[in-house]
Amino acid sequence: MSKINRRDFLKASALTAAGSAVAAPFIWPKGAMAQNTVKVGILHSLSGTIAIAEKSVVDAEMLAIEEINKSGGVLGMKIEPVVEDGASDWPTFAEKARKLLERDKVAAVMGCYTSASRKAVLPVFEKLKGLLYYPTYYEGLEQSPNIMYTAQEATQSVIAAMEWLYKNKGKNFYMIGSDYIWPRTTIKIAKVTLNRLGGKLAGEGYYPLGHIEFSSEINKIKASKADVILNCVVGGSNVAFFKQLTAAGITGKNQTILSLAVSEEEVSGIGSENAAGTMTCMGYFQSLKNPANEKFVKAFKAKYGANRVVGDTLECGYISVYLWKLAAEKAKSFDVEKVVAASSDLPIDAPEGKVKFHASNHHLWKHARIGTFRPDGQVDMIYESPLIEPNPFPKL
Amino acid sequence: MNFDMLAMQAFTGLSIFTILMLMALGLAIVFGLMGVINMAHGELMAMGAYCSYGMALLFERFFPGLMDLYIFAGIALAFVVTSIFGFLLERGLIRYLYQRPLDTLLATWGVSLILQQVFRQFINPREVEVPTVSWLQGAWQVSEGVALPLSRIFIVFLAIATAVVVYLLLYKTRSGLRIRAVTQNRTMAGAAGINTKKVDAYTFALGCGLAGIAGSSFTMLASTGPTTGQQYIVDTFIVVVFGGVESLIGTVASAFIIGQMQSWFEYSLSGSMARASILLLVIVVLYFRPNGLFATKVRR
Repeated sequence: MSKINRRDFLKASALTAAGSAVAAPFIWPKGAMAQNTVKVGILHSLSGTIAIAEKSVVDAEMLAIEEINKSGGVLGMKIEPVVEDGASDWPTFAEKARKLLERDKVAAVMGCYTSASRKAVLPVFEKLKGLLYYPTYYEGLEQSPNIMYTAQEATQSVIAAMEWLYKNKGKNFYMIGSDYIWPRTTIKIAKVTLNRLGGKLAGEGYYPLGHIEFSSEINKIKASKADVILNCVVGGSNVAFFKQLTAAGITGKNQTILSLAVSEEEVSGIGSENAAGTMTCMGYFQSLKNPANEKFVKAFKAKYGANRVVGDTLECGYISVYLWKLAAEKAKSFDVEKVVAASSDLPIDAPEGKVKFHASNHHLWKHARIGTFRPDGQVDMIYESPLIEPNPFPKL
Repeated sequence: MNFDMLAMQAFTGLSIFTILMLMALGLAIVFGLMGVINMAHGELMAMGAYCSYGMALLFERFFPGLMDLYIFAGIALAFVVTSIFGFLLERGLIRYLYQRPLDTLLATWGVSLILQQVFRQFINPREVEVPTVSWLQGAWQVSEGVALPLSRIFIVFLAIATAVVVYLLLYKTRSGLRIRAVTQNRTMAGAAGINTKKVDAYTFALGCGLAGIAGSSFTMLASTGPTTGQQYIVDTFIVVVFGGVESLIGTVASAFIIGQMQSWFEYSLSGSMARASILLLVIVVLYFRPNGLFATKVRR
C-alpha cells in the first residue's frame, strides 16, 4: 500500500459521502421493513464431514420458513432466516451460535446435528437465553431450559425396537455400532432392555467412525448364529458394512437386520439392492400415508427436485419451525421464556402424525415406527407404536 | 474356532492385505520414492471412485447390455483421470515445493480440502450409489461354512496384478531405471543426462494413477462420497511409514503384516481396540526401527 496523501483522502471521503447520500433512501425502507420481520437462525454444517447429513435438513427448514411466509408469517411478521455454517467443527458451532444470538438477535435457532455440536452450543444458549430447536434423534440424557428436542430420544427408538424384535424376530442379538457417544449409549440401553426381556447377547462390536473393513466382524456375526443384528453404525461406514454383508451372503432376505441410523436418505448411498429387506426404526418415513405428509413430500419435491428423498431428520427440521411458530402464536410473543412456556403440551399435526410436546421435559411424544426397505429405497411400515412419552433420563 | 472360521479369517487377512497394498502402492511411489507427503492421496482415490460412478451412469444410459463390463472401463478411466490430475498437480504446485517437505504437506492438504468441497458442490453432498457388477455380487461357496466374497477375490487379483506391473515397470524397464536413478541421487542422475523434471512429473502421475485404480475398485466395498478419501488416508500412510519409506518391498510386507494383524485382532478384540493395538505395535516397531521395517540406504 502506498501512502495516502491528502488529496486522495479528500476525494475518497467525498465519494463515500456521496455514496451514502445515494444509498440512504434505499437503506431506509429496508430498516422500516425490519420491523415487520423476525429473524430465525439456521445453524448447520454446510461444509466438512457432517455436511452430508445437515445440508438437506437446512433445505427442509427453509421450505417451512417459505411456507410460513407465504401464509402470512408469524404474529404478522415475516421470518427472515439467517443461515450460518457450523463447518462440522464444534467450536465454530459455539461461535456462530453466539453471533446469531448477540449480533442478529434471532428469536430462535434451528440447528445442530451431532450431539457434539449440540453440547458445544448448549452453554451459549443457556448463558445468552437463546432458544434452540434440535431436530436429530439422539441418545437422550439431556434437558436444557433453552433447547427444544424435536426428534426421538433413546426410549422412543431403541427400547421400542428391541421389544418388537424380541417379540417377533428372535431372542439372540448381535449389536454393532460406531465408536462414539450415540451408538455406545444406545447399545447400552439396548442391552439393558434385552436383559429385562430375558434375551441373549450373541456379541457386540464397535468400530471407529469411517471404518470400512468389516469382514472379521461379519465372520464373527456368522459364527454367533444371532437371530437379529442391531446396527448402530453411522455414516459412510454403513455403506461398507452393508456392501460387505451382502457380499458375504447376509441380506435382509435371510437375516433380520435392524438399523437405528439408516433412513431413506442413507439408503441412496448404501445402494438399495444392499439395503432391501433390512429394517429400520424411525419416527417418520416418507411413505407414511396422511394428508400432512403428502403435502410435505409434494412441496419438498416441487422445491428441490423430484429425485430427492426425505427422511426422519428432515421432517423433524421441518416441524421444528412450525412448532416454534405455533408456540409463539400461542404465547403472542417471541420472548424465549414465554415461547418455551407455551410449548408445554403443544400439539401439532405433523407429517409424522399428530404429536405434541411433553408438559415439561422439552421433548415430543412420538411414535416409534419399524419398517422394511423396499428395493426402490422407500420403506414399508410394519409396526407403529402408540405415542410414547419422552423420557430423556430412563432408568438403566 | 473351527476349520471353517479359520479359513474365512485367513481369507479376510489376505483380502485386507491386498486392499492395503493397493491403497499404499501409489503413495509408496509418491511419498516413498519422491518424498512428497501427499495428503490429497485419499481424495485422489475418491476421484477414482467417482470415475467408476460416472462410468456406471454412462453405461446404464448408453450401453445397458455391456453393464457387466463397466468396472474395467471405470478402472481405466480412473487411472487416466487421476494420473492426468496428478501430472497437472505436479507441474502446477508440487514441483515448487520439492525442497520443502513440510510445505508439501500443507499444500496437498489444502488440495484435499478443495477437492472434497468440489465433490460436495458439483457431484453430490451425500454418498452416491455405485452398483457392483452382477458377476461380482455374492460369494463363492467353497463349502457349507466357507463363503468367499467375489468382490474381494477380484480385488486380490487386481492388487497382485497392479503390484507386479509396478515392479516390472520400476525394475525391468529403462523408465523405471530413470525413476530409481532420480530418486536415489537427483544431481547425479541429472548430470548423467536424465531429464529429472520430466521424470518427476511422470512418477508423480503414476503414483496418483495407482490411487485412482485403488479408489475405483474399492467402490465395491465401501462408500463413494466427498469424505471417502479420509477413510483411506490414515491407513495408507501407516502402511507406507511402517514398511519403510523408500522401499516398495517394505510397503508390500507392511501391508501383509498389518492386514494379518487387523484380521486376527478384529476377530479376537473389539474393532476399536484392534485398531488401537495395531497402532501401538506400529509405534513400538518404529521406536526400534525409526526408518520402518525395510529401510534401504539412500544417498541424500
